[in-house]
Amino acid sequence: MSFFDLKGTLKPLTALKQFGRKPHTIDFPKVSLEAADRYRGFHYNEIDECIGCGNCSTICQNAAIDMIRVEGVEGKKGDSGLRPRVDNGRCCWCALCVEVCPTGSLSLTTDYMYVSDDPDSFLWVPGIDNPEGKNKLSFTSADTSLNDFNRIPMPELEGMDRVKSFAEVVLGYNEEMARAEASRCISCGLCTEVCPDHMHIPEYINAIASGNDADAVRIIYDNNPLPEMCGKVCTRRCEDVCAIATRGDAVAIRWLKRYATETAKTADITYEIVNPEIKEPNGYKVGIVGAGPSGLTAAYYLALRGYDVTIYEANAKAGGATMYGIPKYRFPIESLDKQIEYIEKIGVKIHYNTKVGKDISFDKIYKENDVVFMGVGFPKAWTLGIEGEDAKGSMQAVNYLYMINADEKVEIGNKVAVIGGGNVAIDAARVARRFGADVTILYRRRVQDMPADWEEIEGAEDEGVHIVPQAIPIKVITDKKGKVSAIEYLMAEMVPDEKGGRPKPVPIEGSNKVLEITALMGAIGQQGDYSFLEGAYAEKIKVERGRFVVNEKQQTTDPKVFAGGDAVNRTADAISAIADGFRACKAIDEMLVKK
Amino acid sequence: MREKATTLYLGPQHPGITGNMMIRLKVEGDTIVGATTEVGYLHRAFEKLQEKRNWLQSFTLMCRFCVPESDPMEESYARAVEAIEGREVPERAKYIRVMVLELARLASFMLWYGGQNGSLGLYTMGQWSVGDRNYILDLFEELTGGRVYHMYIWPGGVRRDLPKGFEQRVLKTMDYMEKRLDDYDDLMFDNAIFKKRTQGVGIVNKEKAIEHGVVGPVLRGCGIRSDIRIDDPYEVYDKLDFEVPTSDGADIWARALVRRREARQSIRIIRQVIDMMPGGSVYNKIPNPQKWTLPKGDAYVRTESVRGEIGMYIASDGGLNPRRVHLRGAAYVHAITLLEDVLIGENIADVSAIMNSLGTCPPEIER
Repeated sequence: MSFFDLKGTLKPLTALKQFGRKPHTIDFPKVSLEAADRYRGFHYNEIDECIGCGNCSTICQNAAIDMIRVEGVEGKKGDSGLRPRVDNGRCCWCALCVEVCPTGSLSLTTDYMYVSDDPDSFLWVPGIDNPEGKNKLSFTSADTSLNDFNRIPMPELEGMDRVKSFAEVVLGYNEEMARAEASRCISCGLCTEVCPDHMHIPEYINAIASGNDADAVRIIYDNNPLPEMCGKVCTRRCEDVCAIATRGDAVAIRWLKRYATETAKTADITYEIVNPEIKEPNGYKVGIVGAGPSGLTAAYYLALRGYDVTIYEANAKAGGATMYGIPKYRFPIESLDKQIEYIEKIGVKIHYNTKVGKDISFDKIYKENDVVFMGVGFPKAWTLGIEGEDAKGSMQAVNYLYMINADEKVEIGNKVAVIGGGNVAIDAARVARRFGADVTILYRRRVQDMPADWEEIEGAEDEGVHIVPQAIPIKVITDKKGKVSAIEYLMAEMVPDEKGGRPKPVPIEGSNKVLEITALMGAIGQQGDYSFLEGAYAEKIKVERGRFVVNEKQQTTDPKVFAGGDAVNRTADAISAIADGFRACKAIDEMLVKK
Repeated sequence: MREKATTLYLGPQHPGITGNMMIRLKVEGDTIVGATTEVGYLHRAFEKLQEKRNWLQSFTLMCRFCVPESDPMEESYARAVEAIEGREVPERAKYIRVMVLELARLASFMLWYGGQNGSLGLYTMGQWSVGDRNYILDLFEELTGGRVYHMYIWPGGVRRDLPKGFEQRVLKTMDYMEKRLDDYDDLMFDNAIFKKRTQGVGIVNKEKAIEHGVVGPVLRGCGIRSDIRIDDPYEVYDKLDFEVPTSDGADIWARALVRRREARQSIRIIRQVIDMMPGGSVYNKIPNPQKWTLPKGDAYVRTESVRGEIGMYIASDGGLNPRRVHLRGAAYVHAITLLEDVLIGENIADVSAIMNSLGTCPPEIER
């Protein structure tokens, strides 16, 4: 190198030409930099859309998000009432919380500046502490959500193949399908909250997702001794509140339970898997009236706790309404038998064909046992209350189902009308289809108002059941022999309820229609039959509005008598009955053993 | 007369613009006779943390391994996970990844320009290049939502497609950058001071380079042509036309020349990528992250970062979290074993310049 590098000295001086350039920097705070459209700044949460599932908090690898109670946000069905609070001092702005938010309520905004000397003020409840963020949304989960919104379709028999037999319509997931479906769950637990029995849903789904079916079965049997039944016919309120369902299909919780329990093919295998711990007999005796879901549940868990349990069942088979009220294409008899066999293995004694009040007196049961549990159900149907209802060929859907399930022959001809919109109506209609009849369902409100399960309604339609909504029957027309020949009904219009309730059907004058039929089935609800409570018991055990009065422990007004199932709760489904039985068991145990 | 050796502590406050680390220097007068590196100031145990994070959460930690150039880490992680799982990546995503990697490389070069000159007391260069780097960060902000930590390249592809008109803005910025690189030449490579301070300083010759397992511009600065993008092409590098510059000087000057030419190659690659980019999706959706497991197995992938080859080893035991994530970073060798060796016989005033030249990145060393 030369002593004096002329070029090397002069060239850098060309930098002087930069004097004329516009500077890079901006004149803050007079001017502030606008963030880009997808900038990851502070969070914003649409509080009303958020359901407090906590998935944001779960994914946050910095533990910057916790779920807290917020004033003005009430927990309700499908909403935990909690809302995320972000510690902006911990957040790393990765926005994974946004990508996994099932409702899409959580976003990031273009806001990026916040100055304070109070460290606690860095804790924000997005959407409440920064309501102005609503207008500055930048990073939203609309397009790239990491939730899996599509359910694995359940394989089923084809619609018109189904009506040829009573073969089970739903074929069940195979292992691969079950794993895939289970892996959609985000374990938020909103389902557990709303399940009457509070089953450990995220836990058993997690077990299925990770390939531990046996674990899943054990978790399920923790508080439900009839899970295979639930896996097939549960009213699954859990799925209504599934966080994934806010923008997609709910996780098929029911089908997953079905999958897990079906991996245990026999009662023996179930016993082997669950490996129940049965306590030493504690000397107490419990008598149970009715082997329906609530009675069986109470019996199972009491037997596990060392009680001597005897069930008195009027029918030849256990299961109650699930045995006699549910068609076999939904709930095959083998499946029920397997579960009953397992319950009997634990040591539960069931006396079949023993009607309390006729074959054995309630008094005897009451005196021989330390505690009595009544799970007697709602066996009697409400009548329609219209002219000609007593005609030959007119029957109650629930009785029809009973007779079919008890293998009795019922003459229905080839044109059947079913009145009602609940599961019993749909069941009766689909059963009648299987005997070759043309079936029409008359329902007073709209199809979307039907209380029946939407999958059942769809199934019925697939099988060719004709549904006439907004039809109010007024008269049954009979032929000369006194047999049903037609039904006359009025069309109704839906009038909004002034009090904000659901719209009411109001008949339209002169819209009379006549439908020729050979049989009529009423399915507008059932009621209890408490005639077995003789004398003093009828007075001691109070009944209000057709149901036993019980406290939160399922205890009736007689402290020694507990009750559960349809005869107690209005929801009239099996899972509520199971929950009642489980609750009663705990209360009985507390009363007798842990007193 | 032989002077008595004294011990001098350099750092741990950013010696140069590298990050926090300390070097214990034994000096006689101005001359270094011994050097011991002391690291640990930035140890955040990312690799360990990842064992407690699920496969998706782990991805957000990757960018933190080396602040000035976060994307090669994200890309390596994504590619290793994809290798274990056998997950396909859409073609478009591969092109976008390369574009992001090269933009990151360019941004990192900009920071290096500042650091290399700043460590020699030439501060104007830093003002320019760090200011110009901001235009790349603007692009990143627009594309990824983040300026420095992008968290953009994730397993299965990239997180979002390009915004509308983004390609044009990238090309415009590249034109600007190219012009600015000429300005930098005037200020830096034609600068007598820079030449004087860097030529013959911080020698890493071929033997030493091979002995220490040196990679990247340091290796290419001693005349060995090695670049993972060519030697073991990943993403779509095998479809691109670019050169791997080398220089024989083996000193800071030679390494600076290599980087100077590499920056231009990055611009060249970005232009090609934008030109060749196909349409289609950018992301093969991963399953619900809470339940996402990878099959049992492991993968080792190599990526060319701005400091040279980095290796990413990931092992899966079939569970929800990585069993092990391990990064073999370039800086580990360069700034610990090699640095201690190279510093001997050098002048105290050149230590920072040598560190910068070797691509020292303490967060990457400590992970």
